[in-house]
Amino acid sequence: MPALETDVLVVGGGSTGAGVVRDAAMRGFSAILVERGDLAVGTTGRFHGLLHSGGRYAVKDPVAAVECVAENAILRRTAADCIEDTGGLFVTTKWDDPAFGDEFARGCRETGVPVEEIPVPQALRLEPRLDPAISRVFTVPDASLDPWKLVSGCARTAREHGAEILTYHRVLDLERHGDRIVGALVKNELTGEEIRIRAEVVVNAAGAWAGQLAELAGCKVTVLPGKGIMIAMNHRLVNTVVNRCKPPADGDIIVPIRTVSVIGTTDTRVANPDELEVTQTEVEEMLDEGEKLVPGFRQARALRVWAGARPLFSAEEVTDTRAVSRTHALLDHAQRDGVDGFVTITGGKTTTFRLMAEAAVDAVCTHLGVDRPCRTHEEPLPGSEERRFYWLGSRVRAREPVPQSEEIICECELITRDRLKAAMARRATTNLDDIRRTLRLGMGPCQGGFCIYRATGILHAFERLDERAANASLLDFLQERWKGVHPILHGDQLRQARLDDWIFQGLLGVQHLSNDL
Amino acid sequence: MTYDVVVIGAGLAGLTAALRLAEQGQRVLVVAKGVGGTHLAPATIDVLGYVDRPVESPTQALPEFAATHPGHPYRHLSVELIRNSLEWLKGRLGELGYQGRLEKNFLLPTAVGVAKPTALVPQTMAAGDLRAGGRFVFVGLRGLKDFYPAYLAGNLVRAALPGGASVSARAVELTPPLSDEGDVTSVGFARHFERPEFRDMVVRELEQHLVPGEIVGFPAVLGLRRAREVWQELETRLRHRVFEVPTLPPSVGGIRLFESMTAALRREGARVVIGTTVSGAQRDGKRLEAVVAQTAGRPRTYGARSFVLASGGFASGGLQLDSHGRVRETAFDLPLVGVPPAEAPRFAPGYFDEHPIARAGLAADEELRPLNVEGAPAFENLHAAGATLAGAVPWREASGNGLSLATGYAAASAILERTS
Repeated sequence: MPALETDVLVVGGGSTGAGVVRDAAMRGFSAILVERGDLAVGTTGRFHGLLHSGGRYAVKDPVAAVECVAENAILRRTAADCIEDTGGLFVTTKWDDPAFGDEFARGCRETGVPVEEIPVPQALRLEPRLDPAISRVFTVPDASLDPWKLVSGCARTAREHGAEILTYHRVLDLERHGDRIVGALVKNELTGEEIRIRAEVVVNAAGAWAGQLAELAGCKVTVLPGKGIMIAMNHRLVNTVVNRCKPPADGDIIVPIRTVSVIGTTDTRVANPDELEVTQTEVEEMLDEGEKLVPGFRQARALRVWAGARPLFSAEEVTDTRAVSRTHALLDHAQRDGVDGFVTITGGKTTTFRLMAEAAVDAVCTHLGVDRPCRTHEEPLPGSEERRFYWLGSRVRAREPVPQSEEIICECELITRDRLKAAMARRATTNLDDIRRTLRLGMGPCQGGFCIYRATGILHAFERLDERAANASLLDFLQERWKGVHPILHGDQLRQARLDDWIFQGLLGVQHLSNDL
Repeated sequence: MTYDVVVIGAGLAGLTAALRLAEQGQRVLVVAKGVGGTHLAPATIDVLGYVDRPVESPTQALPEFAATHPGHPYRHLSVELIRNSLEWLKGRLGELGYQGRLEKNFLLPTAVGVAKPTALVPQTMAAGDLRAGGRFVFVGLRGLKDFYPAYLAGNLVRAALPGGASVSARAVELTPPLSDEGDVTSVGFARHFERPEFRDMVVRELEQHLVPGEIVGFPAVLGLRRAREVWQELETRLRHRVFEVPTLPPSVGGIRLFESMTAALRREGARVVIGTTVSGAQRDGKRLEAVVAQTAGRPRTYGARSFVLASGGFASGGLQLDSHGRVRETAFDLPLVGVPPAEAPRFAPGYFDEHPIARAGLAADEELRPLNVEGAPAFENLHAAGATLAGAVPWREASGNGLSLATGYAAASAILERTS
């Protein structure tokens, strides 16, 4: 059995884990990250894409708000390429209590969230689709954040500092010598190969799955997954993040991100973070809430729905006084459970991922008896060195000087053949869903209706895949896509889906490929 | 002006009904929101390709299929009528050279290398028939993003064929000169193929790669208006049999079908108005007097003695599902069947599963007249054809164009019988 050795083994490839492995590598530790799937497929890749200003927590959770204020400013400096500087609005609709606005503004000022009340007509000029009956509007520095770019940027820096990122590697067991965790047994999910990894410290960054991993160490960590659903609507119904100005509830945020707008979210405790069902009632609720902010919301095309599992840490179990705040929890299992070499970092949110990583790696330093300062608050991510924010028109701009010069494989997201091939080579993956997250392939209005046949053909030729593997990749993509499409299918999006049925089933007959996989 | 018949929809169902009526001397108007499914679907006429397994003979399979699918449009059509509709099409569209019979399905390779059963095929696709086996070579064109011959060939050699027919398949890729064009669609390539110098270059490059006896499969881009000449020339000069494989929309073969049908309609004196949405009716008791159409300038009414509704299913906008789960027929608000209740799931979680809403549409009588909630014809002079009818899952049954052709033909026959 192959074996690896490292200072730090990070389990979990979401924003937290990616942040931890980057931070650890930048501080000069040898580090390995293992993730059972692709990067950012758990909670990170399933959030609404909101970089919080802190406004949302200003009244209810001031500690979280203060953290968001600081991290928002840091990420604007260090991760500009992952951020679209949309700005944010808090809007009092006719369903909301106008008096809450005062409480909100006071909360913002007390926690340091830059806030300004603006006249309603000015807000309507900014966002003409908002319900004209709104009564109060506040601006805050919310923004939209591309989780895949963020996580792949962290992974890239980590690699540049010598870390190894092992995606599709599942932890089968943690190895315990006496009262010490000394490593893990992991399995390569693609080849079936098992690998033993010896580590000085294991960091549990498994998010909503942290409890399952801690159990392997014999520790009890109760993470209650909180299901939140989100719906991506075609087009930018708003160009600014729009929040309802009221205590946080369901369906009260619309985030413009890339070519779509995402409405979210809900909060339902679920037993298993791997079983997140989207119900008709939840979809109806989202659409109704959307209608309150943007009249006509129901007539827009709903492209895709998904659910993410927030890692809600059960606070009463925190015995470690170093638990940094109510927003995330750092558990040193040596103090808490008498298990050395094992640290859990959970709770929190993507906006504060860097802070969580810093806390976790500080704990690693303590374990290893060294003092190495964190640099992630000043070191930019790759692509963000010039502090230029992402701009929606960037792909068009890149193509404009040479119109029609090469084939566009995905017309919705303007992905060229060369770009697709480069991503396939870089990611070394045959999984079209991984390519989707890397390039946004198939994320537009047709949801892969045209580009997925093309991408399969290119993958087959380029990666020299055998037909069975190419077929599996195509069929897996179609099923994965359907999961996110069928609960919201109506209107013009159903027309689109029916056209896709005609293409895949009528014209190509892909369902008859499955018989001989 | 008053028409004998107004046909709503310009897909294969509407065009078939219109042409059949026009050639019998009826004054026909076709009004449609846009071009129909012809531009999206391959030009093959699939009558019945799959009933659990691939269908070898629609003639033999249809009676039992109709008996076991009581809500299916084929239930209203005799095998005789379906056969007549196919023969009629072959006779009408000579320039496309449709071949085949209802008795035996062809097996044609799809663009992913599945052997798909179909009843009638245009002449340019006929040599792709896999039933007798053979050695095939598929030709890729550098710059055409909608065709992947190596992937096709790789799947095709593993496909199980009836009677143990043996197929070998390989791919070659040509690099035809496209000057400074970079993103050429199927239609763009079809136009190139109509230029003699482009064909010269293709032939010169390809003939070096061919082994005697191989059957040569191109993507379906061999010309738009002069496809048979292009195909004929390639066969003659290459001295190999040549055929086309349909690929992603826009469907070049489908555009040829649409052009042939509308040209025939114009020859018969019918009028075709595209860009006009029908959204209402004027009625007199049980008769439909006129339809209200939203034209560019103002609503217009078109009166006629009979009407054919061929506005299509969800894909074409003939049926609509709103965000509250309500389904409606968009031209006349006719009652629908096969619609799950609002709170019940409309789709199954598996993409390839049977979805509860898949068969939604209009119920109809023997003359294909849509029924009202009492089960009587909604109008005595309104007939329906094509994907707006309930009961079929044509993209799975491989019955799409066959259903459109046969129901369009049947609706026209019913009108002719009533008015004679």
